[in-house]
Amino acid sequence: MTRAVIIGATSAIAQATARLWAARGDYLLVAARNSERLATVAGDLQARGAAQVEQVVFEACSETDYAAFVQEIWGQGVDVLLLAHGSLPEQATVQDDVEASRQEFETNALGAVSLLAAFAPRFEQQGSGQMVVISSVAGDRGRRSNYVYGSAKAALSTYCQGLRSRLAGGGVRVLTVKPGLVDSPMTAHISKGLLWAKPEQIARGIVRAIERGSEVVYLPWFWRYIMLLLKLIPERIFKRLPV
Amino acid sequence: MRSWGGLPEGEQRELRVGWQDQVLSVWRQQVLPAGCGRSYGDSALAASGAVLNTCGLDHVLAFDPASGVIRCEAGVTLGQIMQLTVPRGWMLPVLPGTRFVTVAGAVANDVHGKNHHRDGTFARHVSELALQRSDGELIRCSPKHHQEWFSATCGGLGLTGVILWVELRLRPVSGPWLDAETIKFHSLQEFLELSAASDDSHEYTVSWIDCLGARPRGHFLRALHSAASEAAPRPGVHFKVPFALPLSPLNRFSLKVFNSGYFHRQLAPRKSRRVAWPGWFFPLDSVGHWNRLYGRRGFRQYQCVAPAEAISELLDIIRRSGQGSLLAVLKVFGDIPSPALLSFPRPGVTLALDFPWRGAKTTELFKRLDAVVFGNGGAIYPAKDAHMSGADFRAAYPRWERLEQLRDANINSLFWRRVTGAV
Ligand SMILES: Cc1cc2nc3c(=O)[nH]c(=O)nc-3n(C[C@H](O)[C@H](O)[C@H](O)COP(=O)(O)OP(=O)(O)OC[C@H]3O[C@@H](n4cnc5c(N)ncnc54)[C@H](O)[C@@H]3O)c2cc1C
Ligand SMILES: NC(=O)c1ccc[n+]([C@@H]2O[C@H](COP(=O)([O-])OP(=O)(O)OC[C@H]3O[C@@H](n4cnc5c(N)ncnc54)[C@H](OP(=O)(O)O)[C@@H]3O)[C@@H](O)[C@H]2O)c1
Repeated sequence: MTRAVIIGATSAIAQATARLWAARGDYLLVAARNSERLATVAGDLQARGAAQVEQVVFEACSETDYAAFVQEIWGQGVDVLLLAHGSLPEQATVQDDVEASRQEFETNALGAVSLLAAFAPRFEQQGSGQMVVISSVAGDRGRRSNYVYGSAKAALSTYCQGLRSRLAGGGVRVLTVKPGLVDSPMTAHISKGLLWAKPEQIARGIVRAIERGSEVVYLPWFWRYIMLLLKLIPERIFKRLPV
Repeated sequence: MRSWGGLPEGEQRELRVGWQDQVLSVWRQQVLPAGCGRSYGDSALAASGAVLNTCGLDHVLAFDPASGVIRCEAGVTLGQIMQLTVPRGWMLPVLPGTRFVTVAGAVANDVHGKNHHRDGTFARHVSELALQRSDGELIRCSPKHHQEWFSATCGGLGLTGVILWVELRLRPVSGPWLDAETIKFHSLQEFLELSAASDDSHEYTVSWIDCLGARPRGHFLRALHSAASEAAPRPGVHFKVPFALPLSPLNRFSLKVFNSGYFHRQLAPRKSRRVAWPGWFFPLDSVGHWNRLYGRRGFRQYQCVAPAEAISELLDIIRRSGQGSLLAVLKVFGDIPSPALLSFPRPGVTLALDFPWRGAKTTELFKRLDAVVFGNGGAIYPAKDAHMSGADFRAAYPRWERLEQLRDANINSLFWRRVTGAV
């Protein structure tokens, strides 16, 4: 039976994914910063069929002792690790604010990197398992409308790329998930159009990519091509585009 | 945002919540709580234009497979509950005709199903619920505790507060299958006889009628739970109507052909089949957003309950008007009382039909139907209504004043304002 650890378990995408795992009777450990919401999520997953649901409070911030946290939750081992926490700031309000920019890096890059650094040797020793990290298409190219968030996700994607290659051949897989536009609380303030996906759709994509043993997955799939096109535009032109 | 019937009544803005602790913080003005938007008329549209959508409150809080008691947040849908509980031997004791309905929406309209003659309405199976009032008070109520809040909230059209969660008693079931029978009938009298004969023998009864033919005729459907327990396929949406066409393909002629075709689809006078729960309870759900077939002008549903004699008069008026319906539904209600203060089902026959919206023509027809319904002491279902007069509503739902007293001052719907004048 699978034991999955979900960090940032109150995220809409994480919840939708965890529900698919609960329905097939997995052992789950959920971690998030708001203990009341975390308890709601744990109860929900239990009711939906999870074999067992453990809860641990976790916040991605400079005060957190990441090594101790990972030590606490490792237990008998982990088959699937899902890192889902993140925050999408209002670009205009953070871009010229030193503290706020650092804060966004703390949440979106350093938190995940610290966790991966603490998990990697354990997975390596275990010789099996998958580390699934939710990054973003925003990390594929810096854009004036969200480069604080985008650059933190870029750091995360590149870190995962390196880690994947380090662990290659050792039985441990690293999956980078790059969702496009997802209708979740994070984007509640943005008006939605045709390109938007539901968290449930992303969750099904994540589960499928894990089963296939994919390395990098764009969700929904067409974002791979949208980003490919965006990356082809020369910088001279791109920098003037209103994106 | 529009209602299921495509009512474009002014602008409706959506406030969304994902957690119970967010309800009070987004509720800073008058709103109307809302679920999946499966109500047809204006009872799920806010008087203020701001709807507080609770679909994001979608956590199952507890489920005990030993006792069959489930506690869900407001936005969990009936379909999700079924998918979770049927494989573990339990199911919802009352189901409306679509699975895309939230549990709070089912409470607020005190919905009924094909087993009304046996098990009554939804509220009878609710053991407790939590109600958030805009002044910060949180009321947990049940048929025993804070009973008045409970009965005002069941069938309360969302007006007493925001329902945060609902606890239900499920009914045991041996598997996902039903043994169903379809019997053709050729008159209203024949329908009534079939229904009377099936009330004791069958848990579920309903019928489709062709109201455009020379005489009412149709298919009487009845079913019982089957002992078969092999797993059933998951419910799915096979086809989705992507957008509303400017002109509807449904007109006088095509509706007549469709209805007649539907009637003759089954050649034998009687046929039995084994069907899984989604196919039995939710036949329309396999086509996503079928309401768009009615085009941009939308449609109106007319659902009433009235004595059998009145139904025959109604069918006559409809047939003569030539304004028809894709599928008309007929069912005899039972006499089991509901704990709800305002509940639509009452002894009599309920008739439900859709009419493509044709402006004054439709309004005129509804006026004539109303005269018969209310003249015979009947009622119209608020969940489907966009036209009932205030006087008719107040006569059919005499306890409305008590609901008005318990209404949260920070909640109002276009429907409530229309039929009671309350602001
Ligand atoms: C195809 C189809 C078949 C149907 N068949 C039947 C049937 O057989 N029997 C039947 O009874 N009905 C039937 N209906 C009607 C439907 O069951 C009701 O309209 C139901 O209430 C819709 O629920 P909803 O979640 O879509 O809520 P909405 O339509 O969005 O809202 C319905 C009511 O619930 C209130 N509400 C929603 N959430 C909350 C909350 N959190 N707190 C307080 N109030 C809330 C709203 O204010 C509103 O008054 C059918 C509808 C369709 C489209
Ligand atoms: N939505 C999109 O369009 C989109 C697109 C691409 C990538 N993504 C990525 O997908 C992931 C999931 O996002 P989502 O769409 O599901 O949004 P979401 O529901 O808003 O989830 C974000 C989650 O991150 C948590 N979080 C924020 N800061 C944290 C911190 N410092 N420590 C711990 N937890 C923290 C939040 O916890 P609280 O509940 O306590 O606030 C919340 O659970 C994120 O990594 C996001 O960057 C999203």
